[in-house]
Amino acid sequence: MTVSVAGKAANDIQTKSILAPDARTRRRNAAEARFRLWGKLAVALGVLALVGLLLSILSNGLSSFQQTYIALDVYLDPAKLDKDGNRDPASIAKVSTFGYAPVIEKALSEAIAAKGIVVDGLSIKAAAELISKEAPASLRNFVIANPSKIGETVSFNLLASGRIDGYYKGRVTMESAALDRNTSPEQLRLADKLKEAGLLATRFNWDFFTAPDASDTRPEAAGLGVAILGSAYMMLIVLVLSLPLGVAASIYLEEFAPQNRFTDLVEVNIANLAAVPSIVFGILGLAVFINFAGLPQSAPIVGGLVLTLMTLPTIIIATRAALKAVPPSIRDAALGVGASKMQSIFHHVLPLAMPGILTGTIIGLAQALGETAPLLLIGMVAFVREFPGAPPQGFFDPASALPVQVYNWTQRGDPAFVERASGAIIVLLVFLVLMNLIAIILRRRFERRW
Amino acid sequence: MNNLSNITTTTMPATTKVAAMNLSKISARDVQVYYGDKHALKDVNIEIRPRSVTAFIGPSGCGKSTFLRCINRMNDTIASCRVEGNIAIDGEDIYDPKVDPVQLRAKVGMVFQKPNPFPKSIYENVAYGPRIHGLARNKSELDDIVASALQKAGLWNEVKDRLESPGTGLSGGQQQRLCIARAVAVSPEVILMDEPCSALDPIATAKVEELIHEIRENFTIVIVTHSMQQAARVSQRTAMFHLGNLVEENDTDKMFTNPDDQRTQDYIMGRFG
Repeated sequence: MTVSVAGKAANDIQTKSILAPDARTRRRNAAEARFRLWGKLAVALGVLALVGLLLSILSNGLSSFQQTYIALDVYLDPAKLDKDGNRDPASIAKVSTFGYAPVIEKALSEAIAAKGIVVDGLSIKAAAELISKEAPASLRNFVIANPSKIGETVSFNLLASGRIDGYYKGRVTMESAALDRNTSPEQLRLADKLKEAGLLATRFNWDFFTAPDASDTRPEAAGLGVAILGSAYMMLIVLVLSLPLGVAASIYLEEFAPQNRFTDLVEVNIANLAAVPSIVFGILGLAVFINFAGLPQSAPIVGGLVLTLMTLPTIIIATRAALKAVPPSIRDAALGVGASKMQSIFHHVLPLAMPGILTGTIIGLAQALGETAPLLLIGMVAFVREFPGAPPQGFFDPASALPVQVYNWTQRGDPAFVERASGAIIVLLVFLVLMNLIAIILRRRFERRW
Repeated sequence: MNNLSNITTTTMPATTKVAAMNLSKISARDVQVYYGDKHALKDVNIEIRPRSVTAFIGPSGCGKSTFLRCINRMNDTIASCRVEGNIAIDGEDIYDPKVDPVQLRAKVGMVFQKPNPFPKSIYENVAYGPRIHGLARNKSELDDIVASALQKAGLWNEVKDRLESPGTGLSGGQQQRLCIARAVAVSPEVILMDEPCSALDPIATAKVEELIHEIRENFTIVIVTHSMQQAARVSQRTAMFHLGNLVEENDTDKMFTNPDDQRTQDYIMGRFG
């Protein structure tokens, strides 16, 4: 009986042709095809989202790398700027930025007259509103730095006001200007005439990278200088603290620590810490570093410490994975020739794990660079116009950070700040891409050592 | 030391006592090994002779590799492993708390089953051991050590022109001989080999066996092998392990022609394993 059944089955198999797929094979292939389709759809969706994001940021933000300037020859009138006439820096400093406004007005009206431009319907004061409120301040800074120039005529490229700048970037139109308290169609027409005369031009905006933040009424002057420096300081602190700490902790846990309840607990908690919301680290930083340890608010040192705490779990997890991936035969080989455990780790295991460790570290750093929430809690959202000093003292000076600057600018009323915020996001993304690039290059270099 | 002399005095005439001392480089007494609760080696007693090759044979899981790794305390790296009893090299108990396993491993070198050169140059592979043990005072002495180790391993002629190229770029057989050179370079007294040819083709195997034959004059070699032919070819003494017991230890010639134990007979005839 059983023999005949088996014989029948054997016959079936023999008569089946492999040229025509059977129903089962067809179902199997169809399932695979469907799965592949889902995969492709998922990837396509991801790519679409990424392209959409990049396009929106680039279209909003690229214009922030351009800025409109008005070129003026300004006569630095000693009668107004140095009333005592002795070029004493103290007395020059007594003249406030309000004292510089008439000097600029005069230079503008002279320039308009010299080019033969007809101004209709604008007082000279209204015409001078084409120039940023930041201009008198920068003029004053120049004069205080160069008192000997008083009495001379100096060429300046003064910032045009945010509305004029927006006019050339398509943000402000004649219609919107008619409804705008801060500008008027007449001013825009005057700007066009100045542009024809070659006094007004749009150029690459280096100030965006070097200037500090500016107040709500001067979006044209706002820059990322303090934020970039603050972020750089924090990254330095994070790197210097978290790399050695993280690598040392991982080596100990992975290679030396005994396997028991306690190390299991440590392990679980490191994994948990990696998943703790970053704002919790901010509260911790506020409580421990500022309230308890008495470190200053808004300082890169506090930000750096908080971000170090946040980055450590990432680095430890990546480093342990990299150490685990080193084949045990290498450890055996080193121990076999009489190397101590530490020698086997530092001479052989660590160099092999280096690409993984570096990748993990840079990913952790990139995460820290983009982190906003904990920095808000330790006061880095403050309006900072003063550049922090040189390290190490500068670590304790108030500073801003790139992602916080983005957050800050999106809160401001003037639409010019939206453009700035998008521009700052582009800068942040470029830094992130650069860091990932460095990670890839380092990994290649270490892996190429056979 | 005392154990050993006691035994020699009881089993041999006093005149051969000194000779018997020389007959034993490594002596194991009542060695028990546990992996957690598992009793992996039971009551192993063996004398391993100097300047000769001793082969450990037996089916998989019989404990022969475990015992080999006890001799240079590589088992220390396994957390759950526990060794009891006494293993002495030249009469010194290697499990004495005063013994530093790192120092022991400089004296007892090891070659592993899979060739495991460091991912460094050929030169660095061989020079690493002498360097960490401070065996060379300067570069030229180190060069000499490396050259002589590679010569002893029969690899010198093949690699002398490319010492700076990666050790991992060599063929499997060359890599294994490089590992032997690496072990030899530290001037150990004992070399343990854990199935050194199991990953090699017959030609590379023949070369390694030839090499073992040549260097046995200078070292005490213990080799674990699955190949009975290899044990017969390279060793003077053979020990047969089965289920954690040392079944029989004898001259290789006798072992493969007329073993004392039925289990050895069965294994050699291929009836289990």
